[in-house]
Amino acid sequence: MSKLTDLTLAGLRDGLGKKEFSAREVTDAYLERAGQAGPLNAFVRITDDIARKQAEDSDARIARGDARPLEGIPLGIKDLFCTKGVTTQAGSHILDGFTPTYESTVSQNLFDDGAVMLGKLNLDEFAMGSSNETSYFGPVVNPWRREGDEAKLTPGGSSGGSSAAVSARLCAGATATDTGGSIRQPASVTGTVGIKPTYGRCSRWGIVAFASSLDQAGPITRDVRDAAIMLKSMAGHDAKDSTSIDCPVPDYEAVLDQGVKGLKIGVPKEYRIDGMPVEIEALWQQGIEWLKDAGAEIVDVSLPMTKYALPVYYIVAPAEASSNLARYDGVKYGLRVEDDNIHEMYSKTRAAGFGAEVQRRILIGTYVLSAGYYDAYYIRAQKVRKKIFDEMMGVLNGVDLLLTPSTPSAAFGLGEKTADPISMYLNDIFTVTANLAGLPGISVPAGLDAQQLPLGLQLIGRPFDEETVFRGAKALEDAAGFTARPGEWWS
Amino acid sequence: MSIDRDTVLKVANLARIRLADDRVEPMTKELSSILDWIEQLQEVDVDGVEAMASTVEVSLPMREDVLAEDQTGGGRPEEVVANAPKTEDHFFVVPKVVE
Repeated sequence: MSKLTDLTLAGLRDGLGKKEFSAREVTDAYLERAGQAGPLNAFVRITDDIARKQAEDSDARIARGDARPLEGIPLGIKDLFCTKGVTTQAGSHILDGFTPTYESTVSQNLFDDGAVMLGKLNLDEFAMGSSNETSYFGPVVNPWRREGDEAKLTPGGSSGGSSAAVSARLCAGATATDTGGSIRQPASVTGTVGIKPTYGRCSRWGIVAFASSLDQAGPITRDVRDAAIMLKSMAGHDAKDSTSIDCPVPDYEAVLDQGVKGLKIGVPKEYRIDGMPVEIEALWQQGIEWLKDAGAEIVDVSLPMTKYALPVYYIVAPAEASSNLARYDGVKYGLRVEDDNIHEMYSKTRAAGFGAEVQRRILIGTYVLSAGYYDAYYIRAQKVRKKIFDEMMGVLNGVDLLLTPSTPSAAFGLGEKTADPISMYLNDIFTVTANLAGLPGISVPAGLDAQQLPLGLQLIGRPFDEETVFRGAKALEDAAGFTARPGEWWS
Repeated sequence: MSIDRDTVLKVANLARIRLADDRVEPMTKELSSILDWIEQLQEVDVDGVEAMASTVEVSLPMREDVLAEDQTGGGRPEEVVANAPKTEDHFFVVPKVVE
C-alpha cells in the first residue's frame, strides 16, 4: 500500500471505512509530515493533542459503525477561521494571543462531520495579499520550485498556507477563503484544486471579516472529487449569518461523472490580456479543446466591463475592510500599546499591530468612504459593480460555464512583486469578477509551464450551480491528467 | 499626486493609525498611485445605475424576539471579555476619557 499521506481525501475515507488503517495512524502520519515541513512555514500552529483526540474519537465511531462523512480525515484550518480554545490570529500582530471562545460555523460543520484538525494554517495578514508575504508569521514558501533553481516561490495568497500544505501533502485538505481570488489563485500556483462557492453558500460566522460582501469560504484539495466532498460538509444555511442563504446543499460528488456533454461553455475574449505568458494562452486553448472533445459546445462571449473589476474591487474591499478592522483598537482583544490618552492608545496600537499592506488598505478605505469622496469613489464603484454583475448574469444566461485562466502567471519569487502594490493586485485579475458578482469559481491544475511550474484553469458558473462547476472541473481534470508533484526538498 | 501629505495625515487620523514621520511620504506615493489607477472608473457611464452593496437578494432575516440560547444569545460576560488586555467586573478598562 502507498503511504497514507499519498491517499486523497476520498481514498482515506474509503480506506478508513474498510478499516485498512486507523484514523490515529493517518493523523500520526500527517502530524509527522507536517512537523518536518518547517521550511514551508505553512502551519502557524500544529494542534497535536486535539488531532490525536479527535482521531481516537473517530476510530471509536468507525468501530461502532457510526462513521460520519469526513470521519478521521485530517485537515488544516486557515487561521482566519475562529477555533474555540485555539489561538486565532489572522496572520496579524494585532490579534496576539486571541483565543476564540467560539467555533466558526464552517469549522464546526467539518468537525461535526468527523474531520480532524491538524493545526492552523498561515495566511496573508487579514487575508490581504496575493503572495502570502504579508503574514506577521513570515511568508509561506511554495513547495514547487522552478526546474534547476532553488529560488523560493510564493504559494499565492491569501490562502497560501492552505495551498502549500495541500500541495506538499501536509494535510488531506484545507479550509480557505476567497475575497478577490484567495482560494483559486493559490490553488493555481501550487497545482491544487480550489473552489470559491457562491456568496452565501458557506456561513461567514466566525471567520475573521475582511470585506463582508465578497468574503466566502471554500476548500483547497488535491483533486476535484475531494473538493466536492469537502464543500458539501462546509456549506449550508446558518441562522447566525444573515447573508447565509437557505437552500439545500446538493451531493456534489454524485454529479461529478455526469460530464459536460451538451453544456455551453463561454470563452470571454476580454480575458486575453496584454503581456500574458504564451504558455497560459496555450493552456487556455488546450482547455477549450479538452472541453470540446468531452462534448461541450464552446461559445465566444464578450465581457467588456472586465477591465473595471479590479479597480472596483480595490475600492469596495478596502472600504469594507476599513470598517471591519475598526474593531481592532486594543480594548477588546489582542495587542494594546498603552498611553494615557485613549486616542493615542488606539493609534499606537493600530500602528504597531497592522502590517504595511493592511495599513495601506485601511487608509484607502477610509479615504474613499470619507465625506467629499464617498460619492465619487465608493458609490461610483458600487454602481460599476452593478454593471459588472448585470453583464456577467447576462452572459451566464446564454452559457452554463465560463472558462478562463486562473492566474496571469505561474508562481513568482518571494519579494519579486512586493515593491509595487498594483502589480501585486493584478494577480487577481481573472478571479475578482466572480467575487464582485458572487458567482462560484473553481481552479483546476491543468499543466506545467516551461519551468515545470503548475498552471490552473478556472471555470465560473451561475449562482448556486456548483454542481455544473464541478462537472466541468472533473472533465478538465480527467482530460489534463495532471499528476506532477513538487520535489520534497523541504523535509 | 492625487492625494497630498496633509490628506494622508488626516485620513490616518480618521483611521486611528499613527503614521511615523518617515512613513508619510512613502504612504502618500503609494496611495496616490493606487488612486490614480482607480481613477479609470470615472470613464464608466453610471447614469441611472443603482449602487450595489450585496449580491444576495434577500431581505434581512428576522428572528423571534426571544433571548437566544446559542452563542449569539447574550448572558456570557466572561467570554466577551476573556481576551481583553484589561478588564474589571466584566467591563473593558480604558484610559480616562472624560476629565
